[in-house]
Amino acid sequence: MLREIRPAIVLLLVLTAITGLAYPLAMTGIAGAIFPAKAQGSLIEKDGKVIGSALIGQEFKDDKYFHGRPSATLAPDPNDSTKTVSAPYNAANSGGSNLGPTSKALADRLKEDVDKLKAENPNAPVPVDLVTTSASGLDPDISPEAAQFQVPRVAKARNIPEESLKTLVAANTEGRWLGLLGEPRVNVLALNLALDRASAK
Amino acid sequence: MTVIGWLQIVLFCVVIVALTKPLGYYMTRVFNGEKTFLSPVLRPIEAGIYWISGVDEKREQHWLTYTVAMLLFHVGGFLIIYGVMRLQAVLPFNPAGQVAVAEDLSFNTAISFITNTNWQNYGGESTISYLVQMVGLTHQNFLSAATGIALAVALIRGFSRASMRTVGNFWVDVTRCTLYVLLPICVVYTLFLVSQGMPQTLGDYVDATTLEGAKQTIAVGPVASQVAIKMLGTNGGGFFNANAAHPFENPTALSNFVQMLSIFALGAALTNVFGRMVGNQRQGWAILAVMGVLFIAGVTVTYWAEASGTSTLQALGLTGGNMEGKEVRFGIVASSLFAVITTAASCGAVNAMHDSFTALGGMIPLINIELGEIIVGGVGAGMYGMLLFVILAIFVAGLMVGRTPEYVGKKIEAREVKMAMLAILVLPLMILGWTAVGVVYPAAVASMANAGPHGFTEVLYAYTSGTGNNGSAFAGLTGNTFFYNLTLGCAMFVGRFFMIVPAMAIAGSLAGKKSIPPSMGTFPTTGGLFVGLVVGVILIMGGLTFFPALALGPIVEHLAMNAGNLF
Repeated sequence: MLREIRPAIVLLLVLTAITGLAYPLAMTGIAGAIFPAKAQGSLIEKDGKVIGSALIGQEFKDDKYFHGRPSATLAPDPNDSTKTVSAPYNAANSGGSNLGPTSKALADRLKEDVDKLKAENPNAPVPVDLVTTSASGLDPDISPEAAQFQVPRVAKARNIPEESLKTLVAANTEGRWLGLLGEPRVNVLALNLALDRASAK
Repeated sequence: MTVIGWLQIVLFCVVIVALTKPLGYYMTRVFNGEKTFLSPVLRPIEAGIYWISGVDEKREQHWLTYTVAMLLFHVGGFLIIYGVMRLQAVLPFNPAGQVAVAEDLSFNTAISFITNTNWQNYGGESTISYLVQMVGLTHQNFLSAATGIALAVALIRGFSRASMRTVGNFWVDVTRCTLYVLLPICVVYTLFLVSQGMPQTLGDYVDATTLEGAKQTIAVGPVASQVAIKMLGTNGGGFFNANAAHPFENPTALSNFVQMLSIFALGAALTNVFGRMVGNQRQGWAILAVMGVLFIAGVTVTYWAEASGTSTLQALGLTGGNMEGKEVRFGIVASSLFAVITTAASCGAVNAMHDSFTALGGMIPLINIELGEIIVGGVGAGMYGMLLFVILAIFVAGLMVGRTPEYVGKKIEAREVKMAMLAILVLPLMILGWTAVGVVYPAAVASMANAGPHGFTEVLYAYTSGTGNNGSAFAGLTGNTFFYNLTLGCAMFVGRFFMIVPAMAIAGSLAGKKSIPPSMGTFPTTGGLFVGLVVGVILIMGGLTFFPALALGPIVEHLAMNAGNLF
């Protein structure tokens, strides 16, 4: 058995060097050369400043923008570091609400949000993804129904016809991969950037 | 449930079955020490590794030596992870300036990664540096996976050999698995993931100013290289806190599909390796069929439950299923499928929050782990776990006809059955034992995030996941406390190694036996009757052991939900 000690130490160190250093560092170099933008996190710049990542959702509260899903991410409480406070779309601490199906807190939150949305647009059923928090708290997407649901509000805030907004939403809707995998979706940041561009014209 | 949803599920199953044979062929050659198409490149590296570490690749080991070598290897792995976590503040690759991780959390994480559990009491982007991610976690993702596969291969050799004292060489098996199987796939896989949008950078976290003018700090890092092995090796420990639900850790529907495939691919292929090594591939297909039956049943229940939603959602007129804790790009079907896959295999990565699943939808992942993660299972661990159940099933069949049971030419005798039972009893001991402590000990009770039966399920799920070396969680439970760090560490350790040692004892005992040719009285183990028998034994064992606990948790919660009770 004693002769197993040398391989236990040396082999471990060699394999650690290969899999823990050589492999990730080599992949960082290669991936950075082939897919430079994606390897950095698909960042979007506007006027030379980073405004976010194409893949990471961000918070929209203004009526003139389309809103993303509710987010349950947290951040350390600035007044007491042992506690946390709500910080939607905190991209440095991802996570979901973790509220279960019989949670009273969840039921109350859902009811409040549904009532708010019904008041905003009484003519359409409330899409489920607009009132449920995502798993990561950073979901960049909403369903096409959730985007269409917000058209009247955005049209009113921007004073533009609903029809042109509906076209914009349709143009920013991504289908299933090969018509099969995943779900149809609208990237909220991309849609809002397109909206700003269209309004600027 | 929709047609397009079921098409995605069917496509997944078809691709897995199609991959099983070619991967099985390749892996069999690797573990038999034969030449492969990668040998011209890798063979010199392999020989060099043996030379400096003093391994004689021709010398095989007795099962006990093999097991001791494996244990020594893990002691070293533990020390490396513990060391880099405690010292990360003074080590390089720490752009976010993370401070030393606490003793209990470092202990828990080190155990978690050497046992292939990857339970996340650490919050990836908020606690640990890039160096810990790479040297501590990525490296152990490789080695714990390679170890699992090596052990499964050693047990398979027990069945396929006759009258021999040895079961292979642990160092050779681990090295060949890492170099020839895991690394080449990971290199290609990493590039695919980056092409889908997954970051791979050593740069700082990015500060962005959002469209509405708020500040958003975006965590990035060498994500893709770790995710590749995290999935392929059924490890499951996330780079980010939200794991594969994080848009950076799973950017598209396609990346999600490939991640699901990579969880199952090697585990499924091992059934074919088994068939090839014992000289009849149909033996392997029969085992894959047992796994398939249980898998489809689980997917059906979870998909149905999640698509139906909860009574709270229905009362508010919200249709489209239970989207709380799920991502839009995956939707109901890909989230349900992922949850069943990740718990059937002992992966534990999640692309949706299991804590927010419906009661019955979340019960299936729990059952999958409690059955021992033998539905494909963790790489290697699933295979040796399943073979333990096969031994019991064969034993039961033998009892019914009053003959000494045989399996693939080996007599199954008292020693094998005792060892198999010993290994299987570890699950209820750790899961039910610790859950009982967790629901009465005050410091543990305070960790529950949900009240009522759901809180109980959170604790049950934690110990189930730890003991089963899965690593997924009902994540509302605050696991990063002294109590949970310690007790979960214990559950993970016992769940892994107290299963391995009896399995290896069986390997040693079988390898020493003569091989007997099949006769008229031999129970055929390639047909539907055998598949049905094994499925039955698994369900009866699992049901008898865990039904009472499930009744207190998810089942009562489902009934409460239908009665309109909230907690």
